[in-house]
Amino acid sequence: MSTTTTATAAPAAGRTGEQSLPPRRLTQLQTLESESVHIFREVAAEFERPVLLFSGGKDSVVMLHLALKAFWPAPVPFPVLHVDTGHNFPEVLAYRDATVDRLGLRLEVARVQDYLDDGRLRERTDGTRNPLQTLPLLDAIRDHRFDAVFGGGRRDEEKARAKERIYSLRDEFGQWDPRNQRPELWNLYNGRHAPGEHVRVFPLSNWTELDIWRYIAAERIELPALYYAHDREVFRRDGMWIAVGPHTQPREDEPVTVRRVRYRTLGDMSCTGAVESDATDVQDVVDEVAATRLTERGATRADDRLSEAAMEDRKKEGYF
Amino acid sequence: MATLLRLATAGSVDDGKSTLVGRLLYDSKSVLTDQLDAVARVSRDRGLEATDLALLTDGLRAEREQGITIDVAYRYFATARRSFILADCPGHVQYTRNTVTGASTADVVVLLVDARKGLLEQTRRHLAVASLLRVPHVVVAVNKIDLVGFDEAVFADVSAQVQAAAADLGLDDVRTLPVSALDGDNVVDRSTRTPWYTGPSLLEVLEELPAGVDPVTEAFRFPVQVVLRPQDAARDPLLRDYRGYAGQIAAGVVAVGDPVVALPSGRTSTVQGIDTADGPLEVAFAPQSVTLRLADDLDIARGDLLAAAVDAPTTTQDLQATVCWLSDRPLRPGARVLVKHTTRTVQAVVREVDGRLDLDTAQLEPADALELNDIGQVRLRLASPVAAEEYVVARRTGAFLLVDAHDGMTLAAGMVGAPLSAARCPGARPVQYAI
Repeated sequence: MSTTTTATAAPAAGRTGEQSLPPRRLTQLQTLESESVHIFREVAAEFERPVLLFSGGKDSVVMLHLALKAFWPAPVPFPVLHVDTGHNFPEVLAYRDATVDRLGLRLEVARVQDYLDDGRLRERTDGTRNPLQTLPLLDAIRDHRFDAVFGGGRRDEEKARAKERIYSLRDEFGQWDPRNQRPELWNLYNGRHAPGEHVRVFPLSNWTELDIWRYIAAERIELPALYYAHDREVFRRDGMWIAVGPHTQPREDEPVTVRRVRYRTLGDMSCTGAVESDATDVQDVVDEVAATRLTERGATRADDRLSEAAMEDRKKEGYF
Repeated sequence: MATLLRLATAGSVDDGKSTLVGRLLYDSKSVLTDQLDAVARVSRDRGLEATDLALLTDGLRAEREQGITIDVAYRYFATARRSFILADCPGHVQYTRNTVTGASTADVVVLLVDARKGLLEQTRRHLAVASLLRVPHVVVAVNKIDLVGFDEAVFADVSAQVQAAAADLGLDDVRTLPVSALDGDNVVDRSTRTPWYTGPSLLEVLEELPAGVDPVTEAFRFPVQVVLRPQDAARDPLLRDYRGYAGQIAAGVVAVGDPVVALPSGRTSTVQGIDTADGPLEVAFAPQSVTLRLADDLDIARGDLLAAAVDAPTTTQDLQATVCWLSDRPLRPGARVLVKHTTRTVQAVVREVDGRLDLDTAQLEPADALELNDIGQVRLRLASPVAAEEYVVARRTGAFLLVDAHDGMTLAAGMVGAPLSAARCPGARPVQYAI
């Protein structure tokens, strides 16, 4: 299983510059790339201590790739932060570490397990650890005095996210107030904040899942292999295929079968399901995503099914 | 490969805007099964007969509870030819600031008019906002055409009202078409029920409009975002003396060898290299993000503007500008604010409030303060010069924010120049759009 990457790349590896258009018109992917690069540079210039949330998931990998492009030939001028639920896929952690090593980045890890061990957090009855990430995240932001936090959230993911700004101000408790957001005009971003407050920045706001995959294909970005079809022991729960693993054991009424699956999102193992797929390479995935009739969160994330406003409620409390 | 078009929707309450957006998303197959299931379930829970497509765009709990749209929602859909970013702006008059927000980045505003009601005050206001913000194209969908019996005369009458208002406001590219958002007539597919209308459907119009301005028609403008100096961190020793100015080209085209001037200092140099992580370029154009190297070692920092030496803007500390006031506290002369213009932020004082724009008559009326959602003309004195241009000529270097230095809130959207100056000064150089 490959965990290395040419990801983030070597200058000159980029192929987003398709040649078929007449000159002086950017393609859709070039437009999105330029917009994201502009956002990275604005934040680096106007904030003192930015950090990039990096989990090894595809959105954070694309985000890091764009950050490398934004500052080339200088290094990325901020560290990366991972909130580790303790239920992460081992392949993804290996990918994370290999990427950070290769690029010479500084990695900070906030561990949910530490909070469970000393009682600051308690395990939920449903076993899901995604909602538990908020407190370690906010503590890490406070302890490191991070004032800008890059997240890989996209507005197409979820309807509460559809209303979020590119610069999203959070108060000293990390809370999002959707009714009191700053208007965001032209490409003039207002990042002013009081001490103790911080700004979540979403450089991928205007990207869709399909854009992300087309960009991964165009830029030849390597991802954790879990994103591609492979055979895995799984069982059916809540309409999703859940992998048999240390944190996810089937109940008696959940027979285990081997299926050809891939992951559309890579979150906490306890609440991330796989989808049946024969997409073994990036072009297959692009084709599959273009034809799908389910959103990625609807298909694979139990945490967003908790209620109609599950994401909005978590975001208000300071979630990603 | 597809291009990207940004559109903003606007309209009055109950004109069917959410239905139109839902129809565009649904008929272009951008609504996925689980989203539709969720909306259908909520519609049933509320005792509605049919699935309410408006629920697709109302994302916040308060919006669903109150059945209103509060905030701009961004939606994404694509056809084989083009991808679209849709800023769905609330229709109510008190949310003018949201329409301004949506229009600020839009290539096209899609405005809804109820065929039974014709041109309303709100329609005129939205046309005025589109004109003020210099949105390149406006498409007016005359909706509920089914409720007037698909009558060509009604459509012609409403179209004439719209075109007359648009002409008053200096809008020259306004297109009208008859639609029924509820039934889908002329939204994605051309309708057989309007045989007298031979033009394209709304989606066909959106697929064919030119996105943005052809950069070749504009003078080169490049606000410096950051200075890249890898120095010791550079893995390649050749890069230790590297000094590049990173930014996004705001307007125009630049080539290696072009003479440029740095503003506000006024020092000149030539472009020695155009760098990107994908390799060097000979020519770059708006809105590319690039890094420029200059032949001379000038003292350039964030906030400076590199411009074509042959066609550079002047710098000034005095701005006459149009502002859309976005704050609950009124703006009065004497207020101290921050002006955020391109990548430069300077202190400023509001010298005068010249007047408030009456959106119904498009005339300036006397006022000594601006209230929330007012659009007015002000004069600002800046603590240091900026290279600002008339917004009518240069959208990116003519726009600015007013920011409260104390609490950091965004107070106003600002545009250099008089409101609707294009309407009043036919001699003003219009922005050229490529066809």
